[in-house]
Amino acid sequence: MAVQKLPLAKALNESLRKALETDPKVLVMGLDVGKLGGVFRITDGLQKDFGEDRVIDTPLAESGIVGTAIGLALRGYRPVVEIQFDGFVFPAYDQIVSQLAKMRARSLGTVKMPIVIRIPYGGGIGAVEHHSESPESLFAHVAGLKVVTPANPSDAYWMLQQAIQSDDPVVFFEPKRRYWDKGEVDVEAIPGELHKARVAREGTDLTLLAYGPMVKTCLEAAAAAAEEGKSIEVVDLRSISPLDFDTIQASVEKTRRLVVVHEAPVFFGSGAEIAARITERCFYHLEAPVLRVGGYHAPYPPARLEEEYLPGLDRVLDAVDRSLAF
Amino acid sequence: MTVESTAARKTTRRSSGTKRTASASASAKKATASQSAEPELVQLLTPEGQRVQHPEYDIDLNSEELRGLYRDMVLSRRFDAEATALQRQGELGLWASLLGQEAAQIGSGRALRDDDYVFPTYREHAVAWCRGVDPTNLLGMFRGVNHGGWDPNSNNFHLYTIVLGSQTLHATGYAMGVAKDGADSAVIAYFGDGASSQGDVNEAFVFAAVYNAPVVFFCQNNQWAISEPIEKQTRVPLYQRARGFGFPGVRVDGNDVLACLAVTRSALERARRGEGPTLIEAYTYRMAAHTTSDDPTRYRRDAEREEWEAKDPILRLKTYLENEGHADAAFFEELEAESETLGKHVREVVRAMPVPEHMAIFDNVYADGHALVDEERAQFAAYQASFEGGEAE
Repeated sequence: MAVQKLPLAKALNESLRKALETDPKVLVMGLDVGKLGGVFRITDGLQKDFGEDRVIDTPLAESGIVGTAIGLALRGYRPVVEIQFDGFVFPAYDQIVSQLAKMRARSLGTVKMPIVIRIPYGGGIGAVEHHSESPESLFAHVAGLKVVTPANPSDAYWMLQQAIQSDDPVVFFEPKRRYWDKGEVDVEAIPGELHKARVAREGTDLTLLAYGPMVKTCLEAAAAAAEEGKSIEVVDLRSISPLDFDTIQASVEKTRRLVVVHEAPVFFGSGAEIAARITERCFYHLEAPVLRVGGYHAPYPPARLEEEYLPGLDRVLDAVDRSLAF
Repeated sequence: MTVESTAARKTTRRSSGTKRTASASASAKKATASQSAEPELVQLLTPEGQRVQHPEYDIDLNSEELRGLYRDMVLSRRFDAEATALQRQGELGLWASLLGQEAAQIGSGRALRDDDYVFPTYREHAVAWCRGVDPTNLLGMFRGVNHGGWDPNSNNFHLYTIVLGSQTLHATGYAMGVAKDGADSAVIAYFGDGASSQGDVNEAFVFAAVYNAPVVFFCQNNQWAISEPIEKQTRVPLYQRARGFGFPGVRVDGNDVLACLAVTRSALERARRGEGPTLIEAYTYRMAAHTTSDDPTRYRRDAEREEWEAKDPILRLKTYLENEGHADAAFFEELEAESETLGKHVREVVRAMPVPEHMAIFDNVYADGHALVDEERAQFAAYQASFEGGEAE
């Protein structure tokens, strides 16, 4: 059956399976991705079916995982690398930023780097430190990388395959607290463009812009606001680099108000870039300054405090009220 | 202190002690003999140009092959000298000289097969020479017109890598791919004694060992990481580290081109046979500065350089060629003429290197395009175009 109802985690698993079946050059690599199937079971059963040569358990060394993936890509492979948690990517940051991102430009276009780096990110699962961070803007800032994040199972399925097919390095952020959310996946559909934003809910009074785990939160906020008679549009960004400013602009020209929501710290975050650019593009359309809701300029807090740190329904609705009050 | 670490300290003392003895004795030749006598150093040609035997490594080269190695070293040195001069004349922003490391690079470089793949750091000009990379291509990044001006796949010679040790992981990954493909090619990664302290090099050792990757790690221990001596990088001889990762390490006289060739060939064959990685420590010396921006007089003694000049890789092969009748005067004269031609060619090409088109900033950032790059390219083009009228006047 073409349309299945799957949790986001399972959609990613099916997507990897499809990629491994379709292209013999695709490899899955990372810590615990083999027998264990990954700590979130995203790679569950893949090593059993595709063997240890295709689904590779690696030493515990993130720089080594990405660095050897670069070598494999130079040899013609398409590695899909799993970094176990967001806060563990930094040992590999040098390889990603200094090597992977620049390889194509340095070689004057003679080599390609078809590598996907999958990173479960974000909070809300009660984890210990280094397991709940949102470092997406650190990667979006780097030329040569692409950064995407799905918010639902269908996008998880399709965007991962599109990322794997890309000849550019793609950092693929997975909203870990949405892994268990179910949604419909049409495996025979014609997918949308990887770097195009999606209007997740139509509205006329204000645009809520979010990606990854915050899309669901914003949809809930919009539903709550509707009960108060407010018509909120929700745009799911899907791609952080490149950003689809055309879709955002179209929405803002309609609603005249924009609130950007993400889990990452607001300071120098992706919301800052969006606010600046949309102000340039839509200065005469805006009825209120672009507002941002996100994390604070503090280390991600212990789990018992994360509900205070993470943007929830109330904080989003508060920003909506502030924008509408202008 | 444990017995093991005491032993390690002794070994370290012995190797550094050699140098101290040398400087104190004021007899460079005596010091050379003492260094050569180190049992751990594979040597086939002494600093005095005497052919010696080694129980594990041997090599049988005819006169033409020996002359070829000599030619490679002389031309590499000439190219390097020319680049240094060009930097002094302001034609290059920077140059990293290979002076003194010709034997390590030519010996290892000539051990390679065409289908092998090289991952260099930024000083492997003589290895590039062995791979058939046009030497003037190496100068683009030092002149500031590109970040590496060659297609890595056309000569199986990867781009220079400036962040120390990063390329050892790329080499290991590439070698893992070679093994997956069922090919019998080998991969060689070059790095220095400074890079051996980097995490990436150690991670590369782990991966290479675990996956039995057909990769040779070729460390040119040139004794200095800018101003930091080898004692600031390690308390044990570097080649001994391999054992802890589960593969063999060997220290070779890095100023002996025959030994470097023999040892590298053996390690590459081992990799081809599926027996995994080898670490080669080529014990050599950086006779010049780290780069042209550096001033070695601030951190090392002249006596040290003089000591190593007595072990010059080119002189010792010349002595051997002359003494054994492998080359005549005409050969040396012709080579001198060839050197002059190469130098002239390098000067001409460098001076004629064009500054890239301004729009090249935006080229090759992405394979599949990127909306922001497209937008900024268009903005930049419009901005540039706004000056065209002014320029015409």
